[in-house]
Amino acid sequence: MKRTIFVVAVIVLAGLLSGTFEAIHPFGVPSDTAMDDYILQHAPRDRSAQNVVTSMVFDFRGFDTLGEAAVLFTALCSIGALFRDGGKQE
Amino acid sequence: MKPLSVIVTSVCDVFAWFMIVFGVYVINNGHNTPGGGFQGGAIVATFLSFLLVAYGGRRFLSWVREGLYGFLEFVGLMAFFIFGCVGFPNSFFYNSLAIPEGGAPLSNWIPWSGTISLMNIAVGCEVVGALSLVIVYMYSSIRLVDTGAGMGGERGHDRFDR
Repeated sequence: MKRTIFVVAVIVLAGLLSGTFEAIHPFGVPSDTAMDDYILQHAPRDRSAQNVVTSMVFDFRGFDTLGEAAVLFTALCSIGALFRDGGKQE
Repeated sequence: MKPLSVIVTSVCDVFAWFMIVFGVYVINNGHNTPGGGFQGGAIVATFLSFLLVAYGGRRFLSWVREGLYGFLEFVGLMAFFIFGCVGFPNSFFYNSLAIPEGGAPLSNWIPWSGTISLMNIAVGCEVVGALSLVIVYMYSSIRLVDTGAGMGGERGHDRFDR
């Protein structure tokens, strides 16, 4: 019984997966290019960024990068709280 | 952690500094080339782990200044936030120092891409400080297990014990 359920589930999942792969749009051809075009036009001209990826990270989505820096800082704080003083026991 | 052989320490003497140079290059050219503050900072932070593996724990801990890395972390994070606040009349993190295409440079010391390269340097400082402190803290807590005689004691990589 379990084996039958397993085989049916595998077939259904494989069908769904292959159907998704059939329906996916081709690589490099986005369905909506409005935002891409805006950023590709404005990043080099207005923000004077030769590297559009960097302007994305530090300019358009700078708040996200601030969050990443905060994550790193939090990790450092927790590691310092756990491991400081050489792990001496009281 | 005991030091490795003289071959490894010699290679470390020669090549470890190039890691710092390469990491600083990646940080400084983050606005033109792939890479940036996070990646370059991680490259610079591998310098400390290289020193730890090659020279052993005792000399490593005698070289490390925790205050310096904490200061780097603090300065980097604050500078990143301040450079984000520079663009505030428009929005947070707006690149208001950037020189428009065909425009005259604002100043000699402001980079062409404005706050992007300054933020790369700030994030690089932060990542160098954070990852180096992580290495130092985690290693110095291993010492408790390492010094215990018998089980958990390190066999040693080498006959030298400096």
